[in-house]
Amino acid sequence: MELDPLLLSRIQFAFVVSFHAIFPVFTIGLAAYIAVLEGLLFRTRNPLWEQLSKFWTKVFAVVFGMGVVSGIVMAFQFGTNWSNFSYATANFMGPILSYEVVTAFFLEATFLGVLLFGRDKVPRGVHLFAAIMVAVGTFISSFWILSANSWMQTPAGVELRDGIFHMTSWTEAIFSSSFPYRFSHMALASFLTGGFVVAGVSAWYLLRNREIEANRKALSMCMWLILIAAPLQLVVGDLHGLNTLEEQPTKVAAMEGHWESQSRAPLILFAIPDSANETNHFEVGIPALASVILKHDADGVVPGLTDVSAEERPPVGPTFWSFRIMVAIGLVMIGFALWGAWLRFRGRLYSSSAFKKGLVWMIPAPFVAVLAGWFVTEIGRAPWLVYQQMTLEEGLTPALTGGMALFTLIGFILVYSVVFLAGLYYLVRIVRKGMEEVTVTEHPEHHRAKRPFSAADVPLEDDLNPSTAR
Amino acid sequence: MELIDLTLIWLVIIGFGVIMYILMDGFDLGVGILFPVAPSEECRNSMMNSVAPVWDGNETWLILGGAGLLAAFPLVYSVFLPALYIGVFLMLAGLIFRGIAFEFRFKANRSRYLWNWAFFGGSTVASFAQGAVVGTYIQGFETEGFVYVGGPLDWLTPFTVITGLGLVAGYALLGATWTIMKTEGQTQEWAYRITPWLLGAVIAVFLIISIWTPLVDPFVAERWFGQFHVLWVLPGGALLLAWILYRAVQKREEILPFVATMGIFICAYLGLLVSKWPYIVPPDHTYWDAASDPGSQLFLLIGVLFITPIVLAYTAWTYWVFRGKVRSDAGYH
Repeated sequence: MELDPLLLSRIQFAFVVSFHAIFPVFTIGLAAYIAVLEGLLFRTRNPLWEQLSKFWTKVFAVVFGMGVVSGIVMAFQFGTNWSNFSYATANFMGPILSYEVVTAFFLEATFLGVLLFGRDKVPRGVHLFAAIMVAVGTFISSFWILSANSWMQTPAGVELRDGIFHMTSWTEAIFSSSFPYRFSHMALASFLTGGFVVAGVSAWYLLRNREIEANRKALSMCMWLILIAAPLQLVVGDLHGLNTLEEQPTKVAAMEGHWESQSRAPLILFAIPDSANETNHFEVGIPALASVILKHDADGVVPGLTDVSAEERPPVGPTFWSFRIMVAIGLVMIGFALWGAWLRFRGRLYSSSAFKKGLVWMIPAPFVAVLAGWFVTEIGRAPWLVYQQMTLEEGLTPALTGGMALFTLIGFILVYSVVFLAGLYYLVRIVRKGMEEVTVTEHPEHHRAKRPFSAADVPLEDDLNPSTAR
Repeated sequence: MELIDLTLIWLVIIGFGVIMYILMDGFDLGVGILFPVAPSEECRNSMMNSVAPVWDGNETWLILGGAGLLAAFPLVYSVFLPALYIGVFLMLAGLIFRGIAFEFRFKANRSRYLWNWAFFGGSTVASFAQGAVVGTYIQGFETEGFVYVGGPLDWLTPFTVITGLGLVAGYALLGATWTIMKTEGQTQEWAYRITPWLLGAVIAVFLIISIWTPLVDPFVAERWFGQFHVLWVLPGGALLLAWILYRAVQKREEILPFVATMGIFICAYLGLLVSKWPYIVPPDHTYWDAASDPGSQLFLLIGVLFITPIVLAYTAWTYWVFRGKVRSDAGYH
């Protein structure tokens, strides 16, 4: 069998970036939550806020650490597998990606340390300020990354001469047409991810009657957040879709599973797209609804995949199904938001055990939704790497062989499995251990390591030393 | 724009970043390389504690270097990485394993020996791969226009294996002299004993490379045996520093060995750069061929000029906070 370096590189990039993305999408939301907790603590001095903040800061430290470790690889992926793309786009991508590194670097060098280790060592106001700056910093980091990606989707502010993109306007390139939608969509996704994870973990504790007061507060806060963010995400997602319809009509056609351009286009709920025969099997749809959603008019004409030649179409099945998974989870989230509001209205937010069990099951959902969303936008851009300027094939490293790509793909899967399993195992231990203060005897002169992970004091195994056993 | 050569400024910035990375991650990689031969678990604890507060700060220089290369010298980024494809993967895998081992060893009891091996393996593989990068740079790259067209294993030749092993020995020397500086008692005494052997290995590799390179590369031969006699101050300085290091170990000095080792590294680094000057992607492309547009270089320069003093101050502060000797029990309960 001939190994295709292009396909393997795409799988590898999807794997590496998906694996990496789940950490920042959570830490961005969590950092904002911690900043809110610190703000409440600053104003009220209520120790419950401190208990919550300490616990979630511990989780934040570990997830942030895993994000940094998996992020190292990202800095090299562009060059190893996509060297032609790197070389051609370096005038824009180089500074933008570097600014992301610089932001993260700056954050880690300054405010993160104060947030993680400075609680009793700096004035309360300074600690709050550090928490806010960490939250702001994570947003600035994502600003640069999303700017780079948006530019690849809707390139602007550049001029292609002799195979190299030269800058004509930094503002146009950084704030390209899809950027505001992508950024808002991701920001809300981060809030929802943080919200559902915190809500799920709080519900898990409440089901076990642990730290009831603090976890009730956390659950209540999260349900307010979700009540606002989940429906808002539907609106922002719709706006993002309209921008895509304008800029990348073929992607929308693939998302919707529309082969022919048509008016009164149906909203397809289920189908097995068949690219070879340019049709759908087992199609179930609601007549005219896609025209209403996309054109806000039942007679509106929506684009079809056959508007462009077969070589210019993305893989329809993965785009179509990823989109459905994302939307379905989004709707379930809205369902939970309403369910929570109704329970709160009836005064039963904390007593319904079905609701709490449901929230525990929802913990992985936002991550799946985020990855599905990225699959839609990234697979849907194919065959383009820089939309309508450079194809995936043109961007690939010319010297790359299928064997090399397969070797590193398997390698990264193995390495990341170890990292992920060790990290997840450790996170579960932190959660099981719970929020009560661990009575660690401080060794003030022992120069304990001050790295993100050392903010978490839970041992990796059941401790053999009885002094720290629970 | 024409008045200032931004490429030259970026050359200094990246050149500085690379040597910072080599020196700083060098000693903590070296500590990992020496891990299995340390005489006891207590020694290993001391050694790990001595690098624990600083190692991840050290590694961020590597990420900054990778991103900075893409921004300022995209040709280097898009030729080195494909040419060293497998080597880069091994380096990253090594660094990840080592980072994870760092975090979990502190929290582990029964599984600690596993993390010890992960720490050693990751450190050694990453060091070897970095040494092979140096060797590949000396060898040069097969390019057509601005694209790498060589094979997947061009980076793995007898020559690059020697440079790879050389850097493993060099990092181990940095790690040993760092251990001399930061520990006491049994651990320090052991580090004193192994330092001359490591120094011998480093000098041997140094000599092999110095003889081999001019023989196979007329450009390098011309550079060293042509009119630039002043260059000989670099290998001369390295040998002088090696002698100082040897004497310092005999007199049981504590800080001088590490300082002298850093000096040896700086001499070798500068020697390497002048050997190939002005080629960054030898044999065909100079620093100026490899540069990005001046506008892009300027755009990032603003941010870097802002951030570098902060990072340097933070780095200095961290080393200051964790100055002095470590003990084996620190970080454990």
